[in-house]
This record gives sequence, structure tokens and C-alpha cells, in this order.
Amino acid sequence: MRALVVDDSRATRTILKRALTAQGFEVFEAGDGRQALEELAKTGPVDLALVDWNMPVMTGYELIREVRARKDMDAMAIMMVTTESEATQVQKALEAGANEYVMKPFTDAVLKEKLILLGLA
Amino acid sequence: MPVSAADVQFVRELLQRRAAIQVDETKEYLIEMRLEQLAREVGIASIPDLVRQARGQKTIETRIVEAMTTHETSFFRDLHPFNLLKKEVLPQLVAARQTTRSLTIWSAACSSGQEAYSLSMLILENFPDLARWPVRIIGTDISEQIVAKAREGKFRQLDVNRGLPATLLVKYFEKIGAEWQLKPIVRSLVDFRQMNLLDTWNMPRPDIVFMRNVLIYFDQITKKNILVKLRGLIPKDGALFLGAAETATTIDDKWDRFANENATYYRVRP
Repeated sequence: MRALVVDDSRATRTILKRALTAQGFEVFEAGDGRQALEELAKTGPVDLALVDWNMPVMTGYELIREVRARKDMDAMAIMMVTTESEATQVQKALEAGANEYVMKPFTDAVLKEKLILLGLA
Repeated sequence: MPVSAADVQFVRELLQRRAAIQVDETKEYLIEMRLEQLAREVGIASIPDLVRQARGQKTIETRIVEAMTTHETSFFRDLHPFNLLKKEVLPQLVAARQTTRSLTIWSAACSSGQEAYSLSMLILENFPDLARWPVRIIGTDISEQIVAKAREGKFRQLDVNRGLPATLLVKYFEKIGAEWQLKPIVRSLVDFRQMNLLDTWNMPRPDIVFMRNVLIYFDQITKKNILVKLRGLIPKDGALFLGAAETATTIDDKWDRFANENATYYRVRP
């Protein structure tokens, strides 16, 4: 399975990449929403995208709306991984098309359980 | 904080006597870890002082038992048993109870309540008709403290991050300050009470029992006693869920095992 990690923090990308690799994913990275779209143009749809909310150039929220507007990315599971922790924001992300939501900080167990919910572990 | 061999022995005997729980040598680190935390909570300077006080005071003794028996839990833990409940066990029981129209589910050793509340959310989401039945989910735990916490239905971010689908978070929780409060509709199906599994079980007959990762702590005789007691309580079409690493049939051969959806449940043999 293939995953795309989108976060402007290199440290967070490294943590997420390590956790996903341990789950058997091949992992690609992007530092903002725009880079994520460029990466997806190269790789094609992936099984899972982990997306931060607040990033320069294009936010994670904008990225999700962009991706969900495209038919070829329908099957891609999207999990928001962000410090935004208000109920209204979780709701907004779900309405935009996120399938799951993780509030930072998180542990490997949190990620694993969310992957199980998505049928990806 | 070092813990002496005599103190370890005291705690082991205490747990055996009060809760029939066996702590072997490989788990001594757990005694040190939990007692250290408890000593800090109750404002006692060291583990030796804590144990000294426990030898004379029932309250401290109880706090030690509680500290040692509190176990990790999360919403929809292991997921598969909940899927099996949703797809197979509950539909069968709902059909079988059309005349009595009542259902009781027991979440044994419920800790801070995530399992009981997961069951409540599962019913509200998938069996809305049951909301009109008397449906009771009873959560019990040996620790009065943890039962009080479960009853509050308030959870930290770390707790709601774990195993809980985001759709259910926004539907059934309200964020108050830094905590997430479960809404009354979820709490209304659940009733928590303090109960030691070694004592008399003062509760209605459960149709479904979730007793997961509980028997592993007990010695063989206690495991058997609990399963025999359960057999007398669960109706023939009821279901018992144990932890993934636990089994009923090797301890008490009067159960039948059913497996589906990567999970297992047991029924009393007819």
C-alpha cells in the first residue's frame, strides 16, 4: 500500500513516515498542499493521505477540497493529522471529505487504531 | 523509588486476597510503577511509607488494589468484537427478544468506561429501534474511583484520539475546555457500579457480556469459578466476549465457541 504524508514539519513527516513504514506502507512526502498535488500527479492516487491543516502555500483543508473534487482520487482515504482540536474543525474537515481525524500530539497506537478503522491495518 | 522484596510480597498477597489477581516476578516493575504514582497522588513520600500505612489502613489498602487493577482501555478496542456484535450477535438477539423487548449488556472490569460507551454508541448508530426498548449497558469495576470517573463521561484528547471514529466524536461529544464530554443520549443507556468479580454479582441477567482481558489476571480456579457463575447467568442465546488471547473452552468445557469477523464469542452449550 502507498501513503502520502503532507506536513510542513520535517520532524512530523519523519515520525509519520516511520509509523506508516512499520505498517508496511510505501511512503511519499510533501511539505504543503501544492507539493502534495504535484506529488500525486507523479504517483497517481495513493491508498492513504495523512494531511496537516496549517501549512504555507496551500492548507490541508484546501488540499482535501481539491482532491475530493477530482473523480480519480475517490478511493483515497484521507486522515487529517493536526493540532486543530475544536469540534467545529473536526466537523469541517469531515464535511470537506476527510475520512478520519487525529489531533496532535498522537502516539503510534493512535495511528494504528485509526488505520484499523479505515480498514488499512 | 526502590521497592523492597517484603513490600512486593505484601502487595502480591494483598492482590491475591482482595482480587484473586496473581502478579508474577516478571510484573514486579508494574508494582513499583503503580505504587510510585499512587504515593504521589495521596501525598506519601515513598513506597515503603505507603505500604507501611496500607498495613494499618483499609483505605490505603483499597487504593493499592485499585491502582494495581486499573487497566488500559480505549474506544472500540480491537474493533473486531464490535463488528461481530453489530453484524451477528445483536441482530440475532434483537430478533429473539421481540416479545420481551429488553436487552442487558455487561461491560465487566470497565475501567474508565470507553467500552460501555462504545457499546452505547454502536446501538444508537446501528439499532435505533432499540432506543425504545429498555436497553441497559452496565459497566462494573472493582475500583470505586474509576467507576466515578467513568460515570462522568469526560475524556481527554488522548482518549478520544484512540479508536473513536471522528464521525462519532463530532456527533456524540461536546468539547468543554480541554475535555470532551459525552452527550446525555449516550450516557443514558449506561449505568456504572462498583463491583468486585469475586463478590456476589448484584445485577440483572445480561444477554451479552464483554469480559475482555480480565480473566488473564486470575488464577485457574478463579477463572473457572467466574465462567461457571457466568453460565448460570447468561441465557442460552446470550453471548460472552473475552479478550483476543483468552479462551473459555479450555477452562470450562460447557461453552461453545463461535468465530466470525476476526473475532470470537462464546455461548453456553445447550
